[in-house]
Amino acid sequence: MDVSPFIISLKTAFLATLITFFLGIYAAHCVVKMKRFQGVMDTIFTLPMVLPPTVVGFFLLLLFGKNSFIGKILLSFDLTFVFSWEATVVSAVVVSLPLMYRTTRGSFEQIDKNIIYAARTLGISETKIFWHVILPNAWYGIIGGVILSFTRALGEFGATIMVAGNIPGRTQTMSTAIYSAVQAGDNETAFQWVIVVVLISFAVIMLMNYWTSNQLKRTRRLSKKKRGADSGVVC
Amino acid sequence: MALSVDIKKNLGDFDLNIKFRADQEVLALLGASGCGKSMTLKCIAGIETPDCGVIKLDDHVLFDSERKINLPPQKRKVGYLFQNYALFPNMTVVENIAFVVQGTKQEKRKVVTEKVKMFCLEGLEHLYPLQLSGGQQQRVAFARILASETKLLMLDEPFSALDSYLKWQVEQELTSLLENYNRATLFVSHNRDEVYRICDRIAVMSNGNIDTIRTKHDLFESPETLAGTILTGCKNISTAKKINDHIVFAEEWGLQLQVDRPVPDNVQYVGFRAHFFSFTKHEKNEFEAEIVKVVEDTFSFIVMIRPKGLDVTPLRWELEKAQWQSLDKTKLFLSIPEDKIILMKK
Repeated sequence: MDVSPFIISLKTAFLATLITFFLGIYAAHCVVKMKRFQGVMDTIFTLPMVLPPTVVGFFLLLLFGKNSFIGKILLSFDLTFVFSWEATVVSAVVVSLPLMYRTTRGSFEQIDKNIIYAARTLGISETKIFWHVILPNAWYGIIGGVILSFTRALGEFGATIMVAGNIPGRTQTMSTAIYSAVQAGDNETAFQWVIVVVLISFAVIMLMNYWTSNQLKRTRRLSKKKRGADSGVVC
Repeated sequence: MALSVDIKKNLGDFDLNIKFRADQEVLALLGASGCGKSMTLKCIAGIETPDCGVIKLDDHVLFDSERKINLPPQKRKVGYLFQNYALFPNMTVVENIAFVVQGTKQEKRKVVTEKVKMFCLEGLEHLYPLQLSGGQQQRVAFARILASETKLLMLDEPFSALDSYLKWQVEQELTSLLENYNRATLFVSHNRDEVYRICDRIAVMSNGNIDTIRTKHDLFESPETLAGTILTGCKNISTAKKINDHIVFAEEWGLQLQVDRPVPDNVQYVGFRAHFFSFTKHEKNEFEAEIVKVVEDTFSFIVMIRPKGLDVTPLRWELEKAQWQSLDKTKLFLSIPEDKIILMKK
């Protein structure tokens, strides 16, 4: 059995998640701080989640195709984007970004505003507030976003097949391999890939649930360990 | 250290229009919830921006809409103690304090050790805010503010997150802290008792405006405005009409009341505290009372009464339990001492 779809899928998902991680946090940070156009930007970042994958694929072709601006620049360096492995990564980034963006934004907004205000009045710079106050307190939600993005990137199909195609050994991921196998009537291969995909997704979601309950337990343990009532010490 | 504030800001339902000055003292902003107290503090701290006006701390301009000055909160050196103390949940007590100190590691350590000692935080150094009680959290928040070297302190309802038992202890701690803190302090609260115990002067706020700024003794003795009278805890308030120089008619109670001082022409309301009814016979402003309702409170009785035979708004009368029990309730004569009547012009 050819294991290349497995390798390609994992490589794609890992790289895409890495990119999504930074892009998503950055996008969330910008949108939360925005005073105008917040609604518009939020819609733009969320849109790939609800659009049909074919529409996303079509836009990517418009943006990166041979006749596009970017496509022409790439061509002048003798590079093509369409039907390349990089295209699988870009497709996966675009469809997984909304999940990362939304969960991160949610956890940014859940942080008590007073904590950030307090940091400001105490003279802490905005950069320091982001790295030392906002990020650590949103970490829990961010990890959730990463896991969701990873599973989404791993399962990406529609945009990938339009932009990257389904070239065995180069751009064929597990999802597209299942599609080809079913088309060719090779149910056995299809079944094998289905099992692999289900197992990985299952494991990842289990991991996420484990993480969630662990965090909850940690919080509970901390608040239980309170040092009793106030001593009433007056210095 | 002197703070002067003169700002305006539209808040949708009403306009915030605040003008006051605070020197080296504890000045209270007393007002009902939603009257713009916290918003005032936020404008001073730089968290919110007023529409126009000037905020000055000594000669340091924090905000001036005409000169287009609007310092960020980081540069204002204004300490803000939040209602929920706003400690950084991801940092221990020591880290919370060290985080705000500028300077080298040694300098940080020095300040932290000093503050830990000053605020009796020994033994709590490596705990997270979640592991601390409300009072301990407040001490850490205080230590953190002092570590950042602020020139002005603002306390936003510092006891509202505590239960009543803890509240008293924390209030005692705060009072002793404030005694050693020789800078201007603003104290926001809706609780008259707290304010009376802690502050020197009181600014009464209602609907985004400062009604009056007076010393606490002055204010509680003669509140002068309706908002002030309500906030100082007066339970009986009625609209009023001047009859002559020494008699005022309380419309809602149907009573003509004699007052020991001249009644101003533009008197609008009259008030009378529930504790001050007298039941010695043949005094001024005496009337036969009819009992409408009796409510037993923890240590007193609250009796709703009205002048016999009149269908008017009942007055609230509070007295000790023993007093109430020994009273002849069949023929009840009460009087309103003329020096205890509050007259309000607005």
